[in-house]
Amino acid sequence: MTIEFEAPKPIANQQVMLKTVAENMMRPISREFDENEHDIPWSYVEFMHMAMKAAGGGGGLTVTEKPQEGDEKRPPIGYQKLATQIEMLAWGDVGMYLITPGGGLGAAAVAAAGTPEQKEKFLTRFNSDIPTYAAMCMTEPGAGSDTSAIRTRAVLDEKTNEWVINGEKIFVTGGDKSFTEYEKLGKGFIVVWASIDPTAGRAGMRAFVVESGTAGVKINKLEKKMGIRVSDTAAISLVDVRVPFENMLGSATVEKNNTGFRGAMATFDATRPLVAASGLGVARAALEFLKEKLEENGVKIHYGLPRQKLSNIEREVIDMEIMLKSAWLMTLKAVWMADNKKSNALESSMSKVKAGDVTTKITQKAVEILGPIGYSREFLLEKWMRDAKITDIYEGTGQINRLVVARQILGYSGKELR
Amino acid sequence: MYSFEPNEEQQMLIDAVNKYAENDLRASAHENEENKELPKKLINKGWEIGLLQASIPESYGGFGERNAATNVLALEEMAYGDLAGTLAVLTPSLFATPILLAGSEEQKKNYLPKIIAGEWSPYTAALIEMSFDFDPNALKTTAEINQDEITLKGEKAFVPYAKEAHEILVYANLNGVTQGFIVPEDSVGLSISEEREKLMGLNALPMYRVKLDDVKIPVANRLGGASGHDFELILASLRLGSASAALGVAKSSFEYAKNYAKEREAFGVKIAQKQAVAFMLAEMRTEIEAMRLLTWEAAWKLDNNKEDICVAAYLAHTGAVDMVMMVTDRGVQIYGGHGYIRENPVELLMRNGRGFAMLLGLAIV
Repeated sequence: MTIEFEAPKPIANQQVMLKTVAENMMRPISREFDENEHDIPWSYVEFMHMAMKAAGGGGGLTVTEKPQEGDEKRPPIGYQKLATQIEMLAWGDVGMYLITPGGGLGAAAVAAAGTPEQKEKFLTRFNSDIPTYAAMCMTEPGAGSDTSAIRTRAVLDEKTNEWVINGEKIFVTGGDKSFTEYEKLGKGFIVVWASIDPTAGRAGMRAFVVESGTAGVKINKLEKKMGIRVSDTAAISLVDVRVPFENMLGSATVEKNNTGFRGAMATFDATRPLVAASGLGVARAALEFLKEKLEENGVKIHYGLPRQKLSNIEREVIDMEIMLKSAWLMTLKAVWMADNKKSNALESSMSKVKAGDVTTKITQKAVEILGPIGYSREFLLEKWMRDAKITDIYEGTGQINRLVVARQILGYSGKELR
Repeated sequence: MYSFEPNEEQQMLIDAVNKYAENDLRASAHENEENKELPKKLINKGWEIGLLQASIPESYGGFGERNAATNVLALEEMAYGDLAGTLAVLTPSLFATPILLAGSEEQKKNYLPKIIAGEWSPYTAALIEMSFDFDPNALKTTAEINQDEITLKGEKAFVPYAKEAHEILVYANLNGVTQGFIVPEDSVGLSISEEREKLMGLNALPMYRVKLDDVKIPVANRLGGASGHDFELILASLRLGSASAALGVAKSSFEYAKNYAKEREAFGVKIAQKQAVAFMLAEMRTEIEAMRLLTWEAAWKLDNNKEDICVAAYLAHTGAVDMVMMVTDRGVQIYGGHGYIRENPVELLMRNGRGFAMLLGLAIV
């Protein structure tokens, strides 16, 4: 190992292509789909599905890596590729990136906690000819970051060998496209987390694959949000929903070491830097726009001057660059560790803490500095500020991630540091 | 490739430096600060690790090649022990590294071997000036060339070991451009203040005011020879030196505060179990990591001649200055009243931490 910061060739090449996608397929329709919440930008969805399929990456934006042979043998870079892809697409439009077709968190849960048979059964569909979605249903009205407080119940009906699920789920990203049957979409599914033994706490938590169209599942509403409006966020109720026994991921016995739940949590370790990457794409878009506008107006940034000689705007811009660059390096390090099978719980959460801070600060500051230009819907900057805020909230709020970081550095358990 | 791990050789060096930092520097930092003195034995022990020696090629008496990334790693680790001690150990680098980077062949042959032969010997450099808008690219000390002779005029501040230095590398403004000039100790018109500088921190490190009253040196003493040199890369190296040392100071404060928070009890629990304190520590650790990676990247750019190295080093340094103040302030805060007492280590770290905003030119990678 060594210390190196040269983008590997496959990543550098991919970025050139993705930038074109971001510039031509995303930016031009960004505003339209922000204003018309819940409309689906089919041009983007269908193009991305086709493009990813052509590139051999069925299953959407996931870690895809062909085994390396001979002279080309090098350490894996799948996560690094994914993070840089996400950063660039989010630079185009982060809401639209979120509806990039594929299995998303739903498929990730199957991949993390499912048996080989389950993977075969549930994951092959993402390679089909039409875009297909899956989503994860974790959050409930009374259980956000504290996932152990989940109330949704799954009870085994031994006569039919089916699980009967009852409960209420909210904030399901992609829930609509995964569950509602659209003509232009393949049959998707949602992964519902529920307890099979409420007395057992986390040990009783299991994930269930619920196929689209299953009776008893109702999408109550699509949330109207501050930003990322093109991405559907569903509230879903489940009333006596029956799924086959084998749709439960992992083992049915309640053990102390619940691999299923740990699988879900491991998913978060893997996805936090990816969420960080998505936020940093937005931040970069905002900072670039700010610098462009300043330049148009004859404001030059004098790099190299001591602080005392800089104007306030120069200081702000320089600070924003420091924040953005360092946050991006933290994200890269976290995914590099994932690629190299190093435990990255600390780095992954730190990257998310930093990205949440940086993304909100940069976009908010940029709007402030540009004044009316920043605040006007004539430009995308105000949208990016609204889009950016979610980075500090989903996949663990900034506070939850601080808690994770603190436990890691202090060597404390959840009990020792609540 | 992206890669975020020191190589084996670097790791061995880090371990060696860490031993010295932990056992020698950290153990004596408080005493040295209070006595306003750094024992020569302590400095020589650090010198023997051979950071500078390993940066200089065999042809000039060293045993390696300069690698900014390696020096960044080593410098952070040493400054983790104590800033004053680290700056003392590396004072000869302030003179030798610019010569290595930008000196003429003659200067390299003339100075490098004798600086690194044997024990630590005082060679130093003078960059800082006593003004609020001190800017390394717009110095008030001037240089004028008159045929074969250069005349230096002005005053330099915070020059470590100036009193005993054999030669001082003085930076001055030559027609709007910063250039280095080698000034021998016996030059006419060169005067070193009797009194040492009295600063908020770094009291163990002897620093002096240096006055240049029409000091005349031959043109050959201009860094790089008669045609001079590019200051940008030297400045970038100075910035990264400062940034790495800031990382070490911050890490030291963070470690002290973390350990203290895990021992100190209040209301029946350790204070680290309170989110108010735990979150402070989480943010300290996060900011250290952020600036560390920014510094690493800039060092890698320096080693690989990347175009934007000067901006990268500037950003890393600027970011590290804020980071080290934030972290060392919190270090004191977490100790509470005890943090304010000089017997505890964190207050010195905070005083030293503030120094990075104005001490550019005292460390180099």
